[in-house]
Amino acid sequence: MTPSLNDAAVVEISDALAQYDPVMGLEVHVELNTKSKMFCGCPTEFGAPPNSQTCPVCLGLPGALPVVNRRGVESAIKIGLALNCEIAEWCRFARKNYFYPDMPKNFQTSQYDEPIAFNGWTEVVVDGETYRIEIERAHMEEDTGKSTHIGGATGRIHGASHSLVDYNRAGIPLIEIVTKTIEVPGDKAAAVARAYVSMLRDLLFALGVSDVRMDQGSLRCDANVSLKPRGSSTLGTRTETKNVNSFRSVERAVTYEITRQAAVLNSGGKVLQETRHWHEDTGITTSGREKSDADDYRYFPEPDLVPVAPSREWVEELRATLPEAPPVRRARLQKEWGFTDLEMRDVINGNALEPIVATVELGVPAAAAKKWWLGELARAANESGQDLDALGVGPAEVAEVQKLVDEGSLNDKLARQVFEGLLAGEGTPAEIIEKRGLALVSDDSALLDAIDRAIAANPDVVEKVNSGKPAAAGALIGAVMKDMRGQADAAKVRQLLNEKLGI
Amino acid sequence: MSDLTRKTAAELAELMTSGQASSVEITQAHLDRIAAVDGDVHAFLHVDTEGALAQAKAVDEKRTAGQQLSPLAGVPLALKDVLTQEGVPTTAGSKILEGWKPPYDSTVVQRLKAAGIVILGKTNMDEFAMGSSTENSAYGTTHNPWDLARIPGGSGGGSSAAISAYEAPLAIGTDTGGSIRQPGAFTGTVGVKPTYGGTSRYGLIALASSLDTPGPCARTTLDAALLHEAIAGYDPMDSTSINQPVPAVVEAARNGDVAGLRIGVVKELGGEGYQPGVEARFHEAVELLTKLGAEVVEVSCPHFEYALPAYYLILPSEASSNLAKFDAMRYGLRVGDDGTNSAEKVTSLTREAGFGAEVKRRIILGTHALSSGYYDAYYGQAQKVRTLIARDFAKAYEQVDVLVSPATPTTAFAIGDRIDDPIAMYKNDLCTIPSNLAGNAAASFPCGLADEDGMPVGFHVMAPVMRDDLCYQVGAALESALAEQWGGVLMTKAPELEVTR
Repeated sequence: MTPSLNDAAVVEISDALAQYDPVMGLEVHVELNTKSKMFCGCPTEFGAPPNSQTCPVCLGLPGALPVVNRRGVESAIKIGLALNCEIAEWCRFARKNYFYPDMPKNFQTSQYDEPIAFNGWTEVVVDGETYRIEIERAHMEEDTGKSTHIGGATGRIHGASHSLVDYNRAGIPLIEIVTKTIEVPGDKAAAVARAYVSMLRDLLFALGVSDVRMDQGSLRCDANVSLKPRGSSTLGTRTETKNVNSFRSVERAVTYEITRQAAVLNSGGKVLQETRHWHEDTGITTSGREKSDADDYRYFPEPDLVPVAPSREWVEELRATLPEAPPVRRARLQKEWGFTDLEMRDVINGNALEPIVATVELGVPAAAAKKWWLGELARAANESGQDLDALGVGPAEVAEVQKLVDEGSLNDKLARQVFEGLLAGEGTPAEIIEKRGLALVSDDSALLDAIDRAIAANPDVVEKVNSGKPAAAGALIGAVMKDMRGQADAAKVRQLLNEKLGI
Repeated sequence: MSDLTRKTAAELAELMTSGQASSVEITQAHLDRIAAVDGDVHAFLHVDTEGALAQAKAVDEKRTAGQQLSPLAGVPLALKDVLTQEGVPTTAGSKILEGWKPPYDSTVVQRLKAAGIVILGKTNMDEFAMGSSTENSAYGTTHNPWDLARIPGGSGGGSSAAISAYEAPLAIGTDTGGSIRQPGAFTGTVGVKPTYGGTSRYGLIALASSLDTPGPCARTTLDAALLHEAIAGYDPMDSTSINQPVPAVVEAARNGDVAGLRIGVVKELGGEGYQPGVEARFHEAVELLTKLGAEVVEVSCPHFEYALPAYYLILPSEASSNLAKFDAMRYGLRVGDDGTNSAEKVTSLTREAGFGAEVKRRIILGTHALSSGYYDAYYGQAQKVRTLIARDFAKAYEQVDVLVSPATPTTAFAIGDRIDDPIAMYKNDLCTIPSNLAGNAAASFPCGLADEDGMPVGFHVMAPVMRDDLCYQVGAALESALAEQWGGVLMTKAPELEVTR
């Protein structure tokens, strides 16, 4: 076996799954949206100038001490409850000791054998089938700073001339959610992984505990994958693919690891236990740090913090604030909106559930909201390879466009052009209509003039109508619409034409 | 008024209140004394002349303006170099922090400043408070003012030496295994380790987080109590801080009545290995307390014999993690940053050059004790011992109000005597360590001089959590009874230091 084999060769996914069953474990890190950091009062806003949101505590200066952010604990408990976990009556933070320049104290304040939430479960739906996912634990910890390596070709530390560290992120509260091993039919594994992360995103959003912006790193997924020969119960060696940061990538990375590991095993090689990097552009993983069981973080209870002992009253109070569970909510919405199963699946697969909810809340009929989000926006997101919420078009814009349609200022065709303008960043709907000259002509006299022109130009059609064939009037409407370059309400044209022709 | 340095803090406060002396005069007198004797004693690592005089001036101005001031306003103090003071060099006795000026005040310093207490400078200590002699300081040994050839104790030898050399009437120490009390005993002064959580650790450069406790050093019980009151109390910046009122330590120090108080002599802290002169003074003190009406009984604390080994697992474990932050990345020493070395290499070179032998020894010990496969046998077992020691205390306090023992098995030893024998050095803290493991209050009070060497002996009082007042009560009773015999506190017997300037 050569190292290059471990990086390069793959087999077809169908061949891989014919021989092996994949076993997965997913670790998701969620950045909470608390106003201040986990152990100090520093703000947490994304995108501030480097090192502007730091203090002695999150810089790990000598003498500084942590104090637990109660809101962080509250969010952790809510997440635990939403994942049907038990909530610890008493738990502690622990120090995870290892050296890295972006970790100010050279230990991460985390939790070890006493997580705040444990033994939970959740469900995801893939192709109409429900899969139960067991949750091992959800624990509290702090984020590290962010290193930027300068001078290397790949942005990695290798080959860099120097590195810059921004500690703004250091100390931002994280919840790490760890599944137990997930074993589902091999051909569903990658889709289940994706559905799980997508479901977590919706759940965390609904809980209001995180911004869950994968593009900003507030939801990060590590995927553990191993293979075992079909029918065997012996687990294979697992790899951990780090920082797979979009739903689509989760699915692709899992698929890739299955095919890569199958190729390694088929050629008589051994899968190395290691961390692997996911490459979004090429769709492959490459070897990172070799990880052995000898990694020793020397965990011990954090002596600078007192145990966290959430009272049962508090836990029950928080439970009472939990929003509806996502599957229950989905069923309710489907009923309220009158969508078919197929329509609902399209909505969920298109990640358009939350935008549609928000749009409907603004008074837009569900069918119209679906039409715009799936027909225009999800399609555009898909074409540009972006997540839907990164498009820059939100429920407010959709509602505004729909309002113009309802008022008769736009028809669907023109509305599509408004969306085009919105996606191109041309301004507000009103500005786009103005610039592009898209408004429907609602002036009756202009329409009547056009009707007169159509009648004059098509005497044969008029004769047919007058001889008892009103359906022939369609050709006249077409002519008027053409004359108006589409910027007329067809129903209005029909009404005026009928009056004119006396039918 | 050169005798200003001979006054107690309480007396100095009175002189200022009555307008007989200003804080600037008092501060200047102590700065002069430091200039005169510290060449021999080496209690200070940094003297903040300008800062101290500015603080003193500000207090005097407030007093002139008729503002209400706290009891110790204007009194000077020496600060152990392990507590951060904004803009003032803070090294913890280590080369790795040479030149570091903290951007923030520790809570203790905030409270000192708020009380108008004038900070003269930073005192010498064993590197990162690891040691019992100050010989582990990267900046030279402090000498015991009673005998300059001897160590002043440690780790807070600088603070205790400063007050016994009359360089300051008050000092702040920190006590992890005896670092306030043992130097107190060795220099004939009072040293108090408050209840863990009774004083804030915020801004205290951590040695062992679960043990470190800042506390007062002074020449009299009352002075220690006044300082204790100024720095103690709940601090929301320290999660392990206790949210309860400060025990009535000043009242106890003024009262000093032990009639009816039940005192337990710890059987395990005495006998073999204890210097005869130490035991003699200790037992005389116990007799004296009996005469004053205390009920004295012998109490057994069977697990105390395991305190030392447990301590030397817990402390290095926590220290190995606490000291990981010294990586040359953000502050302090940086070695090998010449463009050819990786960050990892720079960290390694810096730690090699910046840490002393004892610090390295304890980092290695602690790293090993926390390692996978050894954790249960070492750190885990030590925590169980800790629980058993706490139970010994709890059981003892069912029978008695306070426990007593010698503060140290011996008096101050000669410089160089034990530096090559870590175990002998560690045994210095045999009597003081149990209170750190249990987190209760404890203090050392002067009880005389050993016949063999004429060096001071400390009387150790241990009281339940948040009953620090009981320590002061016993200390005050002992102090006034002994003062009658000696014609003043023990410190009046100290030899005059030669003034070198």
